[in-house]
Amino acid sequence: MNSEKMDARNQSFLYKLHLDGPLLLGLLTLMIVGLFTIYSAGGQDWDLVQRQIIRLGLATTVMFLLAQVSPTVFRRLSVYVYIVGVLLLVAVLVIGVTGKGAQRWLDLGFFRFQPSELLKLAVPMMVAWYIGRKDLPPRTLNVLAALVLVVTPTLLIAKQPDLGTSLLIASSGIFAIFLAGIRWKLLSFFAVAVSAFTPILWFFLMKDYQKQRVLTFLNPESDPLGSGYHIIQSKIAIGSGGMEGKGWLQGTQSQLEFLPERHTDFIFSVFSEEFGFLGVILLICLYLFIVSRGMYIAMRAQEAYSKLLAGSITLTFFVYVFVNMGMVSGILPVVGVPLPLVSYGGTSMVTLMAGFGILMSVATRRKLLSRE
Amino acid sequence: MAPKRVVIRDHSAEANLFARRSFIALIIITMMASALLFNLYHLQVTRYDDYQTRSNGNRIKVLPVAPNRGLIYDRNGVLLAENRPVFSLQLVPNEIKNLEQTVAELAQLLNISDSDVEDFYKDYRGQRRFKPVTLLNRLSKQSVAQFSAHQHRFPGVSIEARLTRYYPHGDTLTHVLGYVSKINQKDLKKLQEAGQEANYAATYDIGKLGIEKYHESLLHGQVGSQEVEVNNQGRIIRTLNFVPPVPGKDITVNIDVEMQKVAQQALAGNRGAVVVLDARDGGVLTLYSNPAYDPNLFVHGISRKNYSALLNSADKPLINRATQGQYPPASTVKPHLALLGLENKHIRLDTQIFDRGVFTLKNVTHKWRDWLSWGHGHVNVTDAIEQSCDTFFYDLAYRMGIDEISGYMAQFGFGEYSGLDLYEESSAILPSRGWKKARMGEPWYMGDTIVVGIGQGPWTATPVQLASSVTALVNHGTRYVPQVFRGIHQEGQTVVAEPKIREPIEVADMTNWHIVLDAMYGVNHREKGTGRNSFKNTSYLSAGKTGTAQLVSIAQGEKYDAEKLDERHRDNAMYVGFAPYDDPEIVVAVALENAGSGSAQAGPIARMIMDQYFGEGNATLAQNRNN
Repeated sequence: MNSEKMDARNQSFLYKLHLDGPLLLGLLTLMIVGLFTIYSAGGQDWDLVQRQIIRLGLATTVMFLLAQVSPTVFRRLSVYVYIVGVLLLVAVLVIGVTGKGAQRWLDLGFFRFQPSELLKLAVPMMVAWYIGRKDLPPRTLNVLAALVLVVTPTLLIAKQPDLGTSLLIASSGIFAIFLAGIRWKLLSFFAVAVSAFTPILWFFLMKDYQKQRVLTFLNPESDPLGSGYHIIQSKIAIGSGGMEGKGWLQGTQSQLEFLPERHTDFIFSVFSEEFGFLGVILLICLYLFIVSRGMYIAMRAQEAYSKLLAGSITLTFFVYVFVNMGMVSGILPVVGVPLPLVSYGGTSMVTLMAGFGILMSVATRRKLLSRE
Repeated sequence: MAPKRVVIRDHSAEANLFARRSFIALIIITMMASALLFNLYHLQVTRYDDYQTRSNGNRIKVLPVAPNRGLIYDRNGVLLAENRPVFSLQLVPNEIKNLEQTVAELAQLLNISDSDVEDFYKDYRGQRRFKPVTLLNRLSKQSVAQFSAHQHRFPGVSIEARLTRYYPHGDTLTHVLGYVSKINQKDLKKLQEAGQEANYAATYDIGKLGIEKYHESLLHGQVGSQEVEVNNQGRIIRTLNFVPPVPGKDITVNIDVEMQKVAQQALAGNRGAVVVLDARDGGVLTLYSNPAYDPNLFVHGISRKNYSALLNSADKPLINRATQGQYPPASTVKPHLALLGLENKHIRLDTQIFDRGVFTLKNVTHKWRDWLSWGHGHVNVTDAIEQSCDTFFYDLAYRMGIDEISGYMAQFGFGEYSGLDLYEESSAILPSRGWKKARMGEPWYMGDTIVVGIGQGPWTATPVQLASSVTALVNHGTRYVPQVFRGIHQEGQTVVAEPKIREPIEVADMTNWHIVLDAMYGVNHREKGTGRNSFKNTSYLSAGKTGTAQLVSIAQGEKYDAEKLDERHRDNAMYVGFAPYDDPEIVVAVALENAGSGSAQAGPIARMIMDQYFGEGNATLAQNRNN
């Protein structure tokens, strides 16, 4: 009854286009906020804004196209996408292009491709497919198998090294497992296991620059001219914004270039400096709105695969936000995660919007699925 | 079996499970968002003031602005020390793409020496990348023009102007004006101790010598400040606030640069000094020490070679002979001694002695000879001063005793700093019992007193002390402190400072002073006066006293023969005098090292100076100077 009423209301123009109105509104608002902030952070450079608009257009197109695809198709493709993704990751480690001290790209001649982006979607798809085949909650053995599916690409990406992305990919898989209803006992066991793994990570897997970031994070003032400089300047930018902010284009930390990576990873500092704590509250509310809408879509999906995939994508999106805001405000180490849909550029934006395309696909195909 | 399980899959149970998990996830998300907000609240609200301050600290820099140094004028308004712009070529390494190539091209364009380029790289390595580094100091106008024409080729390279001191009269005034030079570590420490460090934050040079040093606080002024907004490169974006510096005060000195030039000409080729004081207020009209050197050399940093040449020169040009030269006053102090004899009634105007050319004491084998070996015959005090009779003063000194002499001479300023506004001064030596005890650990002997009577023995005086003592004499005991500083120069006018006065000398009988001054008139204008040759045919009346200081003792029974002596052991020629006699305006003291007799060598120089003062000039040295 209830769902039929909703369907009737949603038989709108947008619905026919397989778009979810509230989600789309949230995303577009976020993009506009991002454009304004980029304009300020980039020193009022119109070219920068134009390039971002083109990227946003491209990403939105990808979202729109994926929204037209039925979740069933995604489900069927999951395994192949995952396998191709992992193979590409292996290829990157063997023949990848090195940039900024990390081997992340595949040079395809006409453009550079970053396979880890594909895995951001492939991993939750694969886990959702694998767990969704059977009854929920999954059995211990299946959970272990799903974990292997998650850990394999995570380690491959961590080895590039790209700590931020591997973290996001691991989360996306774990979220799917969590939403599938993994038993609390098992969850606690894994939590303990991960804690035990931390020293191994520190001593054997992390590169020096990654360790340095963590150390700097723990005490940024110890190295104010070196690696701590970014965090200190970022905190000064945020803190000096105060309750109401210095005003758009008025942030001295950003306009006078004291702030590093102003229009990319540290754009939240620019936003906080210029719009203050009140602006920050509104921005976080906007993100929470998008996350809530995503979880709503996931809950209303009728099939386990769609639920798990949509939920995982939504929660991972929030991890992006949390890690980025946490790192620029000094409560998390700087791991190089952009603020989703606000930071300038990056392939990650296309991936994000592709994820939202899947969400919209799920949101607008409940009847089709139930018929199947 | 397996497909059956799929068929009976419990969708609503799964949906419930998923909803519960989603709900938990949402709770966790809310908690995480709250943690973020809590931290941001802490940063933006609780610690706002702290971060606000640090943000301003980042962007706002207060740059000190140097005040312009006060100018120095002579008493006639002639500019003696001015400020001129100098240009330096500065590079900001951060803004230059190819530093080595740029430097090489500039070196070729402006003929910059390899050693300058080397120095540049030395500075460059020790500095932050966005701070300007100087490649070339003191660019010529031609170089400035050349660079300006090609400036577009050199981004990050600029010409900076700043004012530096220039002394247009060069070595004529070095020992009076002194000079400024770069602030060094020692100066910095002194400034720190005086709490003046901030005031000198933008200042490059500081007074190192002479008036420039003594009146540094007047000349320097107060630092200003410019509050600017800078970016992360330290580049100035805009000025927020400007507090202009208060320029240093322009000052006028008592020096007459024309007289100073005459003194320089007159002393050419000799080591010596001339001091001219204004008899009416102690103002220093002339203070010249020869040889001198160009103070401009020091302003831009003197080369090691030039400096060691000055330092090691046998003529010691760095010494200010007018204030630091310690010369035996010789006969120039006979008037003072005669006055003491008269005031204390050891002699009267009609007291006569008979001079046989030698002074002896009972039971003492030593004979004190007069410079005139056959003696002056009957002389009273006036004759004794006019003819510079030694025997009369041996006898007088013997009768007065050292205590009376040193006590009275101290009142004339001997043995103490004159109070002149130059730090480079010596107090010289006024012998006394206490001095000898402290210096040599020996008691004073009667015999020691005899030579003090003719201004010899351990007695030394600086030319400025001599001039100052004569000023006290002509003012009947009123003592003006010699002052170079005349007053503050404002809007073309000088506000003349009050003369400084010291405790006057007590007068017992004014007639005694007239007797002495009259005798000094006789020196210059009467028949037997030792200065008569130097002061023939003057349009003004003058008075004075010659002195010839013996530097090595001549063995008993031998005669002084200049030819046989090493040049540096020959007599010093001294002269003190004043004019006009009736109403003295100027007092002159001359000291010439190893030049011979005071009457022949020092007198003519005093004449030239006085002629210049009274507008006669042109009295040539050759004409008046006989050897």
